[in-house]
Amino acid sequence: MAKLTALLIGMLLTCSLLLVTSQHRARKAFIELERAQSTARKYEVEWNRLQFEQTRLAKHSLIDAAARRDLKMQPVSPERTLYVGAPAPAVSITPAPAASAPALPASPAQIAAARGAR
Amino acid sequence: MARPVRLTRRNALLTTKLPAWRSRFVLGLLAASFVALALRAFWLQTWTNDYLQRQGEARYGRTLEIPANRGKIVDRTGAVLATSLPAKAIWADPDDVVATRDELSSLAKLLGMEQRDLDRKLAAEKNYVYIKRQVEADVAARIAALGITGIHLRDERKRHYPEGESVAHIVGFTSVEDVGQEGFELSQQQRLAGHPGSRRVIKDNLGRVIEEVGSGREPQSGDDLALSVDTRIQFLAFNALRDTVREHRAKAGGAVVIDVKTGEVLALANWPTYDPNNRAQLTGAQLRNRVITDTYEPGSTMKPFSIAFALESGRFKPSSVIDTAPGRLTIGSATIGDAHTYGPLTVEQVLQKSSNVGTVKMALTLPAQKMWEGFTLLGFGQPPQLGFPGAVAGRVRPHKTWKPIEQATMAYGHGISVSLIQIARAYSVFARDGELIPLTMLRSESPAIGVPVFKPETALAVRKMLEMAAGPQGTAPLAQISGYRVGGKTGTAHKQENGAYQNKYIASFVGFAPASNPRIIVAVMIDEPTGGKYYGGQVAAPMFARITGETLRALRVPPDAPFATLIQPAEPVRESL
Repeated sequence: MAKLTALLIGMLLTCSLLLVTSQHRARKAFIELERAQSTARKYEVEWNRLQFEQTRLAKHSLIDAAARRDLKMQPVSPERTLYVGAPAPAVSITPAPAASAPALPASPAQIAAARGAR
Repeated sequence: MARPVRLTRRNALLTTKLPAWRSRFVLGLLAASFVALALRAFWLQTWTNDYLQRQGEARYGRTLEIPANRGKIVDRTGAVLATSLPAKAIWADPDDVVATRDELSSLAKLLGMEQRDLDRKLAAEKNYVYIKRQVEADVAARIAALGITGIHLRDERKRHYPEGESVAHIVGFTSVEDVGQEGFELSQQQRLAGHPGSRRVIKDNLGRVIEEVGSGREPQSGDDLALSVDTRIQFLAFNALRDTVREHRAKAGGAVVIDVKTGEVLALANWPTYDPNNRAQLTGAQLRNRVITDTYEPGSTMKPFSIAFALESGRFKPSSVIDTAPGRLTIGSATIGDAHTYGPLTVEQVLQKSSNVGTVKMALTLPAQKMWEGFTLLGFGQPPQLGFPGAVAGRVRPHKTWKPIEQATMAYGHGISVSLIQIARAYSVFARDGELIPLTMLRSESPAIGVPVFKPETALAVRKMLEMAAGPQGTAPLAQISGYRVGGKTGTAHKQENGAYQNKYIASFVGFAPASNPRIIVAVMIDEPTGGKYYGGQVAAPMFARITGETLRALRVPPDAPFATLIQPAEPVRESL
């Protein structure tokens, strides 16, 4: 009888300790989960922010202003554009000053050369 | 009695022999109490534990609201037009604030506030005062670093609009509470807002979440909204509009670009505008989306429809000759006039020269009901289905009330009112071989399914006339673009105020390009140009040419005309008012 009591008390103690440890581990795991979730949220916010920044910095008005003011560029004008591979009426070139109108170049390299010449 | 001294040393009570039942009675009483307590404890722990559980949870359990992220608004290429980013609300309990003057002045400086305003807020008789809302995260961090007692920070979100004023009228904006107020932010509020979630947790005495109890609700982020607008084309249209309004010192203006294949609105610009990121001094005029919510008398831009009705009736061919001499036509007590006296003109030339007399002579051969049905089929008098708040219907009066003079003026766009987007949409019948297409402001992959209004041959004939109108002999030679064939019609209308026509004008142009296979429809409108020029051909046509040329190049549409030097007549044909 005494042996059985001792055994039962022993089992009870073991179970209590196991309960305490498992509770502890559950809380630790939970904290880990919380942290991971908050990191995920943080990354999501960061992703949104980066997309926003990208759009803000790549705004057409900024690029346009930079191209015109800082780089002294001009908008494309059809008179100085060479259209390649377009249907028949489209192939027409008005030369820029100081270059005679070349015939339609056959290869990309020639096109590049023709552009470089101007 | 015999030993009195001893009596003083030992208590008499202790020596008195008590009845045995008394001790047993007390013992029994104690035992019974313990049993009662045990029963009570058992009762509380097993049978009626809800109440205590509830009370315990009420002390440590908390319901956390998880706000849903508001969806982004993006353009057709995915560029962000509106997004929510974290921000902080700075609030204070004025009674608790302990701060030196220096601390308060640096706080005011960080917030960009006047010291006086800050003092006034802190003097308020409340225990929760917002000092400033939607403060950027980095500024908030520096405020937190000041460590002023009684000044607190609360998480919130701020809506950002990177494209700013150019798309302000389409996107709209939200209030500080993240509720849509204008534009798509308003009309798509449900879809963008999402549903906030909640979770039930237990917190320890330090306020840390230690356990989740019960099942919470996951927050559902709002859906992203992809608009049909292309920020690149929008930028081109907006710049052209702004420059034109400034050049002609106009009161306002609008422009819209429509994709003929899909019915998508590629750009929709308004002037005056506002910056949705900074809405300190907003006026109603800045907020108005004129293209959609304002109507005007379209003037001559209506003539192509009247002529198409006349061609459909079979009474006229494009080559039929109409005598417009002497440039005047009297109907009842009213007289309709042309700017020039042309004499006999073909139907084609009537539109090319924008002759009022010619158009009216053709229109008056039609029954009023036919014309009214035509206008209704073209979408006039009904609000366009755009999913946009405040789209107006315009006004087309029932045909039974039309008098002959009214039918005549309607043929050239007076006595009828439309919005710019309605007339732009109606021009799809000429750009698409007689089909009217529904418009959308949301990105759509599929081609639009149109409703036939005119026979293809009628549409093609009018398209040719519109190309002539935008040519060297027409009313809008300035609408020509190098490399592309364009077609379109000018409109110049007197403004009606207080029931009478004033010497104020609305100049407009509606057209399409490339004329060989139209890809876009562009409609522009300039309200009250005061720079001396006010004809559609002088004010609106150059703006149309600029927007159309730049847009076609941006869309990489192959040219359909040689790059010949454009012919500009010395004295362009003046439009009849």
